[in-house]
Amino acid sequence: MDKCKTDEFKKIAYRIRKHIIEGTFNAGSGHPGGSLSCTDILTVLYFHSMNIDPKNPKAPDRDRFVLSKGHCAPALYGTLAERGFFPKEEIVKLRRIDSYLEGHPCMKSVPGVDMSTGSLAQGFSASVGMALAGKIDKKDYHVYTILGDGELEEGQVWEAAMAAAHFKLNNLIAFVDHNGMQIDGYITEVMSPEPVVGKFKAFGWNVINIDGHDYEQIIDAIEQGKMQKDKPTMIVAETIKGKGVSFMEGQVGWHGKAPDKEQRDKAIAELDEFLAGLEVE
Amino acid sequence: MSKKIATRQAYGDALAEFGSDERIVVLDADLSKSTKTDVFKAKYPERHFNMGIAEGNMMAVAAGLSTCGKIVFASSFAIFASERACEQIRNSICYPKLNVKIGATHAGISVGEDGASHQCSEDIGVMRSMPNMTIICPADAVETRAAVKAAIELNGPVYLRLGRLNVPVIYDEANYKFELGKGVTLREGNDVTIISTGLMTEMALNAHELLKNEGIEARVINIHTIKPIDKEIITKAAKETGALVVAEEHVAYGGLGSAVAEVVVDNYPVPVKMVNMGDRFGKSGVPSELFKMYGLTPENIVSKAKEALEAKKKCCK
Repeated sequence: MDKCKTDEFKKIAYRIRKHIIEGTFNAGSGHPGGSLSCTDILTVLYFHSMNIDPKNPKAPDRDRFVLSKGHCAPALYGTLAERGFFPKEEIVKLRRIDSYLEGHPCMKSVPGVDMSTGSLAQGFSASVGMALAGKIDKKDYHVYTILGDGELEEGQVWEAAMAAAHFKLNNLIAFVDHNGMQIDGYITEVMSPEPVVGKFKAFGWNVINIDGHDYEQIIDAIEQGKMQKDKPTMIVAETIKGKGVSFMEGQVGWHGKAPDKEQRDKAIAELDEFLAGLEVE
Repeated sequence: MSKKIATRQAYGDALAEFGSDERIVVLDADLSKSTKTDVFKAKYPERHFNMGIAEGNMMAVAAGLSTCGKIVFASSFAIFASERACEQIRNSICYPKLNVKIGATHAGISVGEDGASHQCSEDIGVMRSMPNMTIICPADAVETRAAVKAAIELNGPVYLRLGRLNVPVIYDEANYKFELGKGVTLREGNDVTIISTGLMTEMALNAHELLKNEGIEARVINIHTIKPIDKEIITKAAKETGALVVAEEHVAYGGLGSAVAEVVVDNYPVPVKMVNMGDRFGKSGVPSELFKMYGLTPENIVSKAKEALEAKKKCCK
C-alpha cells in the first residue's frame, strides 16, 4: 500500500481515537481500552471495505456491521460520526440522558448501527442471522463483525461459530480484537480462550492471523475472506489495548474507565501531535 | 365430543398455510417433529433452518434475520425458548423491537410424563415483564391459526404459548373473529366472571355449566392476548359481576392472574380468586391426573367461584 493511503487511514483513525477520548471523558465512564484497540479495523471497514452510504443507512443491499463487543461503542460512534452518519458534535453527549448515543450500540436510535449489542456473543449470532438472510435472498452483501477476545469465553460464541460454518456463510467476515485483556485481567489468567486460531479452524472457519494495527494486512485479510467459497472467515487481529494513547497502552485498568481532565488533555495532546506529524511529512 | 387438536399442531399447520409469504423464515432447535415446524419444512424446506440444540444462538440469529426484512418464527419447547434463551429474547429481540415470533410449544403441566424439567410454567411471568413483547396463549386450534396470522401481521416480538396435549376445539372456525388484544366473552352471566387462557378455557366452560346447575350465572371470558391485556373487558366484568376467578396453567406469580389483578386493582377493585399451579414445580404423570393433583379442574374453578361470591357478599355488606 502506498504511504499516502496509509497516512489517510492513520489520520482518520486518530480522529476516531480523539472521539473515543472526548466521548468517554465527557461521559465520565465508558470503555476506552478496547475501543482504541479496534479503531484501525473499523477505519478500514468504514473507509475502504464496506459498501455503505451514510445518506441511506438502511439500504437493503448494503454491507452490514455488528459490533459484537458492544461496550466499545465509543469506537463505533466515532467511526460513524467521521463517516457522516451523524454530526460529530454528538460525540461529547455520549451516554447522556438527552443523547441518542446509548452506552452500548442501539440500532433504534443511532444512525448507522445495524444491530443493538452489549450483551456479549449475541451480536455475533445476529451477524450469522444477517449472513443467512443474504444467502436466502441471494444477495451479494457481506456481514462484518468484531468480537472481543474475552467475549470468546461466552458459550454462545461457539454456538454461532458452529452455525456459520454449518451454513457455509462465506459472506460473513468476523474479527477477534485480540488485545489479550478483559476487565479482571489477562484473558489467559481469567479464563483462557486460547488457542483462538486453532479453535476457529477446528470449528470449520477460514482463519487469518494478522497485526490488527496494520492497514494493509487488514485490507488483505478482508479480501481473502471475500474470496472464500464455502467458509466464513475469522480474522484474529493481534492488537494493543489502549492503542494510540501511551499511558493506556497494554493497561488492563483502562478497560472500563474514563480519563479525567488531566488524562484527557494528555491523551488529546498526544493524538494531536501524531496528527501534526503526519501533516508535516 | 368435539375433535381434539394440540395447539402445537395447529401452529405447524398454520405456518405451512401462511408460509407462501416469502418473508417468513422458520428456525427450530432440533425439535421440529415436536414443535410441528416440520409441517412448514415439508412445504418450504428452503426457508426452514435447524439451528441444532442451541436456543440462545437461535434467538439472536432470528434477530439478525429480522433486521434483513424476515418475519422469523423461532421454535422450541417453552422452557428452552423463554427461560434458557431469556436474555437473548430480552436484549436481541425485545429491546430493538425486532420482528421475531417465538413459537413456544410444550408450555404448562399438560406436557405430562416428561416431568417438571420440561413443564414450563413460569413463561408468562417471564415474558410479560419484557417491554415490547406481545404474548398470545390460544385456547384451541382455531384460535392458534388466527394467532399465527395476527403474529405475522404485527411488526414486533410475539411470544406464542402453545401446548403439547390434544385439546377440544371450542371455536367455530367459520364464525370466529380474532382480535389481537381483545378478550372474548364466551358465556354471559352476572354473578361472577371466570377469566381463563389456554386449555383452562375449556375447563372454564365446563365450570360455567356446573355453576348453572346450582343457579349461579358465571360469565366466561377467554383471554388469548395476555399482553397487552384487554383492560376494558376485565374492568367491565369487575363492575358488572363484582367477583372474578382467573384460571391458568401457570405458577401463581406473574401470569394471567397477576395481570388481571393489576388491572382490577388499578381500575375497579373486587375480589379475585386464582386457579393455578401455586408456587411449585410440576411432576411426571398423565396430564389428566396432574390436572387433578394441581387443582386445574372445573370443580376447583367452581369452588373458587363460590369463594369469590362469598367475598363479594362480605364486601357489599
